[in-house]
Amino acid sequence: GKERTTSGEGRERKAGPAALGLVRRTDRVVSGSHLAPLLGLTDPGFSDCPDLKMSRVTTALGGSVLTGRTMHCHLDAPANAISVCRDAAQVVVAGRSIFKIYAIEEEQFVEKLNLRVGRKPSLNLSCADVVWHQMDENLLATAATNGVVVTWNLGRPSRNKQDQLFTEHKRTVNKVCFHPTEAHVLLSGSQDGFMKCFDLRRKDSVSTFSGEATEAGQGTPREWVMTGCCVLRLHPSFAHGFLWRLYVAAPWGTLPSGCSKGAPRQSESVRDVQFSIRDYFTFASTFENGNVQLWDIRRPDRCERMFTAHNGPVFCCDWHPEDRGWLATGGRDKMVKVWDMTTHRAKEMHCVQTIASVARVKWRPECRHHLATCSMMVDHNIYVWDVRRPFVPAAMFEEHRDVTTGIAWRHPHDPSFLLSGSKDSSLCQHLFRDASQPVERANPEGLCYGLFGDLAFAAKESLVAAESGRKPYTGDRRHPIFFKRKLDPAEPFAGLASSALSVFETEPGGGAMRWFVDTAERYALAGRPLAELCDHNAKVARELGRNQVAQTWTMLRTIYCSPGLLPTANLSHSMGKGGSCGLQLMNSFNLKDMAPGLGSETRLDRSKGDARSDTVLLDSSATLITNEDNEETEGSDVPADYLLGDVEGEDDELYLLDPEHTHPEEPECVLLQEAFPLRHEIVDTPPGPEHLQDKADSPHVSGSEADVASLAPVDSSFSLLSVSHALYDSRLPPDFFSVLVRDMLHFYAEQGDVQMAVSVLIVLGERVRKDIDEQTQEHWYTSYIDLLQRFRLWNVSNEVVKLSTSRAVSCLNQASTTLHVNCSHCKRPMSSRGWVCDRCHRCASMCAVCHHVVKGLFVWCQGCSHGGHLQHIMKWLEGSSHCPAGCGHLCEYS
Amino acid sequence: MAEGENEVRWDGLCSRDSTTRETALENIRQTILRKTEYLRSLKETPHRPSDRISNSESSDGLNKLLAHLLMLSKRCPFKDVREKSEFILKSIQELGIRIPRPLGQGPSRFIPEKEILQVGSEDAQMHALFADSFAALGRLDNITLVMVFHPQYLESFLKTQHYLLQMDGPLPLHYRHYIGIMAAARHQCSYLVNLHVNDFLHVGGDPKWLNGLENAPQKLQNLGELNKVLAHRPWLITKEHIEGLLKAEEHSWSLAELVHAVVLLTHYHSLASFTFGCGISPEIHCDGGHTFRPPSVSNYCICDITNGNHSVDEMQVNSAENVSVSDSFFEVEALMEKMRQLQECRDEEEASQEEMASRFEIEKRESMFVFSSDDEEFTPARDVSRHFEDTSYGYKDFSRHGMHVPTFRVQDYCWEDHGYSLVNRLYPDVGQLIDEKFHIAYNLTYNTMAMHKDVDTSMLRRAIWNYIHCMFGIRYDDYDYGEINQLLDRSFKVYIKTVVCTPEKVTKRMYDSFWRQFKHSEKVHVNLLLIEARMQAELLYALRAITRYMT
Repeated sequence: GKERTTSGEGRERKAGPAALGLVRRTDRVVSGSHLAPLLGLTDPGFSDCPDLKMSRVTTALGGSVLTGRTMHCHLDAPANAISVCRDAAQVVVAGRSIFKIYAIEEEQFVEKLNLRVGRKPSLNLSCADVVWHQMDENLLATAATNGVVVTWNLGRPSRNKQDQLFTEHKRTVNKVCFHPTEAHVLLSGSQDGFMKCFDLRRKDSVSTFSGEATEAGQGTPREWVMTGCCVLRLHPSFAHGFLWRLYVAAPWGTLPSGCSKGAPRQSESVRDVQFSIRDYFTFASTFENGNVQLWDIRRPDRCERMFTAHNGPVFCCDWHPEDRGWLATGGRDKMVKVWDMTTHRAKEMHCVQTIASVARVKWRPECRHHLATCSMMVDHNIYVWDVRRPFVPAAMFEEHRDVTTGIAWRHPHDPSFLLSGSKDSSLCQHLFRDASQPVERANPEGLCYGLFGDLAFAAKESLVAAESGRKPYTGDRRHPIFFKRKLDPAEPFAGLASSALSVFETEPGGGAMRWFVDTAERYALAGRPLAELCDHNAKVARELGRNQVAQTWTMLRTIYCSPGLLPTANLSHSMGKGGSCGLQLMNSFNLKDMAPGLGSETRLDRSKGDARSDTVLLDSSATLITNEDNEETEGSDVPADYLLGDVEGEDDELYLLDPEHTHPEEPECVLLQEAFPLRHEIVDTPPGPEHLQDKADSPHVSGSEADVASLAPVDSSFSLLSVSHALYDSRLPPDFFSVLVRDMLHFYAEQGDVQMAVSVLIVLGERVRKDIDEQTQEHWYTSYIDLLQRFRLWNVSNEVVKLSTSRAVSCLNQASTTLHVNCSHCKRPMSSRGWVCDRCHRCASMCAVCHHVVKGLFVWCQGCSHGGHLQHIMKWLEGSSHCPAGCGHLCEYS
Repeated sequence: MAEGENEVRWDGLCSRDSTTRETALENIRQTILRKTEYLRSLKETPHRPSDRISNSESSDGLNKLLAHLLMLSKRCPFKDVREKSEFILKSIQELGIRIPRPLGQGPSRFIPEKEILQVGSEDAQMHALFADSFAALGRLDNITLVMVFHPQYLESFLKTQHYLLQMDGPLPLHYRHYIGIMAAARHQCSYLVNLHVNDFLHVGGDPKWLNGLENAPQKLQNLGELNKVLAHRPWLITKEHIEGLLKAEEHSWSLAELVHAVVLLTHYHSLASFTFGCGISPEIHCDGGHTFRPPSVSNYCICDITNGNHSVDEMQVNSAENVSVSDSFFEVEALMEKMRQLQECRDEEEASQEEMASRFEIEKRESMFVFSSDDEEFTPARDVSRHFEDTSYGYKDFSRHGMHVPTFRVQDYCWEDHGYSLVNRLYPDVGQLIDEKFHIAYNLTYNTMAMHKDVDTSMLRRAIWNYIHCMFGIRYDDYDYGEINQLLDRSFKVYIKTVVCTPEKVTKRMYDSFWRQFKHSEKVHVNLLLIEARMQAELLYALRAITRYMT
């Protein structure tokens, strides 16, 4: 099969969109367990949700039935937030200039009440947030952008339903939240860094929580007056509230020095506050600096726990309705994280990476792992994620034309209705059955080449099973191995995941790619004259038994480094070489023909291949002549005599020694190697020498003898000195050979030997670059660099990047090459120099052997983190296996 | 004389390795000596007229070198370089060549040189900053020397600027400097223009472009309109502006490029404000920063006067201070008292909603009348910036035009939630850097006010910040704009308004007449607030337009 060659070359190909989580594997495919989970995309995403396909759901509450369809209605102004009444039949929409209640009916939204009354609307009505009490259908609260918290009583007989006004916050209030079970407790979080708890029967707040407060256990414990009394449970005492009042002032008076007496220091803004649904006294608050705090409502002096959840502001949080202690947070860093707060330290359970900052997050009712998110910028869609499947959203609602600002599940026990408000001035009801499911559009098959030519293929099990009757398309050297995905009992999708992974391995004996590594390491690409580079590379190729490549290099050398300025005597000398070259090749034919163990077909192929290389050679000897003029005009920068000396030395070795040494080995090589030469005929013959080739190939059946016979006279005629320069000068265009070389490069690249293509490209530089279009070059470069990196040949890959002329490729070296070093003493980043810390003024990297500062290469043990000069450590570890610092660690140098 | 041989390479001096610097300096010395020899030989031998041109040319080249050396001897953070450069200059002088001396008095015309940190006396942290800056740019500019009053901010500022100009980004390097020139030229800030003209040429920019915007590629010309609107009336930016730039066929900008350009424009608009607001003097090695004339006996000649004569000015200021020392003392006291009052009675006295709304409008309208009447000491625009001027377009008061432009409400589009995300999406990491810079500028405090310690200045800082945003028509719902009137007196408002809107008109008198008892470092601090608030205001308008275009 054709695959063998490409895989043998170590080329990597991928099938299917890369975005779907097909990771690029850098090592050998060993087992199926790595790839298999990636294919879990095909699993039904809503497996743990009841009755997806039904929009008619009997809810746990009173057996009432929710019905409806996907619908939307136009609002007069952009919405900032929405909230649903507990009867699931009404929704309130609030924004800068809108505050309305809509009834959700079967077919449409019906405006029920406009709460924005009065001729001159005040800023108190400019709402940043709205919340509907989950116990009392008449009670609403809004957070105004000017820092006022307003409560609304729908039961009031007058047109103005405004109930109470709390003007304690100095800055915009971002969030209000009712206690889930307590009728009169309202919590607010504001830009000024404070959270306030209000008792709706009182005129002002009962307690204030400062985001600046220290975590419990860190701050100095204060006198605690209300030990152990459950104030919230006992309504009467709560109403008194005077005890609480004590604490309102307390943290202010004890601010650290350096702050003014009057006002507390500006603390980080509070973005969200949420009462825990399960824990009566607990609420969570999120901050602009990325922190999340956990508070006990009874203890305003300090938070119970604080941790950094996100990089940048945490815009929202939501407690899981059922799982006690699960908190989902969403931040500007585009992440949704699920924390387990029951353990001593908040533990990150899941993390979902979205494509834009997360503005709201809401757990989906009745679906333990689902949550809905919407974004604050750019992205207008609402996503429902399965937190265990963080790469592809389970469902997506695409109705809105501007950013979604508020989302709410219609009923706390119904997973299929989602309401949303948006900046595009519309209110939507989304039905799950109408959601688009990105999973369905995902490609469920994955294909990946391993570094050593192994091929892994994964697909739906059903698909594989259906095809199992068919024979794998690989040759006899391949051993198809089928893995069935191991079912992980902990994995909730057990039994549903149905992907199968097949791995096709190359023949055992991993040295198959050894030549690639060797070649990459030993090739010289720049820094020397062209002729020398070609010779060097030819030598390398020959030593690795890749004769065709070696020959190509030699020919390139001949083409491009014809000693144009040489005196005639020398010219004749090298011409004579050309002749001997032809002779030598004929020898090789004969040898091969006699070699046993080659199938007749192979032999034919082989001879054809050689015939081709002969024609190339012919051309090359022609260049000797045509290029002369070019060289003269260009003025070769290579000293003539230097070049000449080189010609003599290397040529002799190549052409005179070869017949004895390499040829006896050649038949073996052909068999053992991955045998690229065998593949020659697959590739289209280059258009350049076609006419010649045709001539040569015409006596095709007659075999190599005929080829040689027909070629030999031509060859000799070309290599004769008597050929006049003028003849060829006039007939061949100057860049005649660049076409040929271009085809040669394409040929190698097609064949899978992108290494050769890139190496030649670099070595020849300007001479051929213009003939190959930018994109192809870039493609070759990136493929080669990718391969090199997979083989961990970082230095080589870096050199290639450096030498490349393609802009996109050289950009690779400009990006993410920063290495950040932290000081080993103060753990701060060392910004200016790598060896001295600016902050603690100490030399961070001392050599454990010589006790001097290490500048340059520093090697250290990952076990004990001691290290020093590379040379010193190497030397030390030759004699001792213990750490030179004397820490007793058994260091290992590899 | 082969030019390549005499090309001086300064980049070796930026190395942190002292031996590298040493060799680089030695090379420079050799080159200069060669040039000197050449000049002398020309002088001695009678020459043909054609030689005179080359003579003046090469002496020009030499003078440039000497000016650069002078700059190094004063401003290089590395002591060895300073000393060696001075030594070279001295030795040249001994050869009978005229050497330059610095003009003016230190990095700022407003701040006495003795108040400003001397290079060489900085502490380790500042030295690290200086070294970083020097390594990146090959110079330590006057802006840096003034900003170093606030090292914490300076660090963030330099990091951002370095990232914008030198690191990975969608725009090619010469475009970046050119955009910097365009932006600075809007305010006729010849200081920044000169700096960036050098940088522009250094990164291989085409000198022809410097003859005016019409010589630049169409793509950059298209940016001119946005530059103009952004600098003077950002509230007029609409998504049509953005669309016009993004959909101009072969000259169109990509979104990432546009964001980069917008960030650069706003950065340089506000930096121009800083330059004028702190009276930054020309760099020593640039035109107007040095003179080859020997100091005259009377110690001030005509050119010194145009540069704002030091001694006379100081005398005036001193006398003014002496007279009004008690006055200004009370100024601070009164300000403190007002802050205290506001703090205390905020809870009690609650303004009605209508009043709150009208206070913003009043402040907005009043900011219109706040303008200085004196426009003496107008710095004439220098060569390059002249080509970019379009004086027909300047700042027009928001309020005068605000009738049909709705107020920008921060609660609907703010930097933290919206701007940041957009910038970071299109130009990764820059959002983070600018965000940090805003934060540092906004929260920077030493809890001091003039001679008082342990003062909470957050109220004052917020008033300044919001006042600037108010001038751009940006309103905070949760702010009582009455506070501004209480806290900022008229002369201060004049200064703020001038620095932010028409920085080229700032005078030393304005600088001196506000907050007379305050320290210079505090005035620089005010400037930092001004420029960051201005930058944010411009960014908000531009980014909102981009967001609107995208949706």
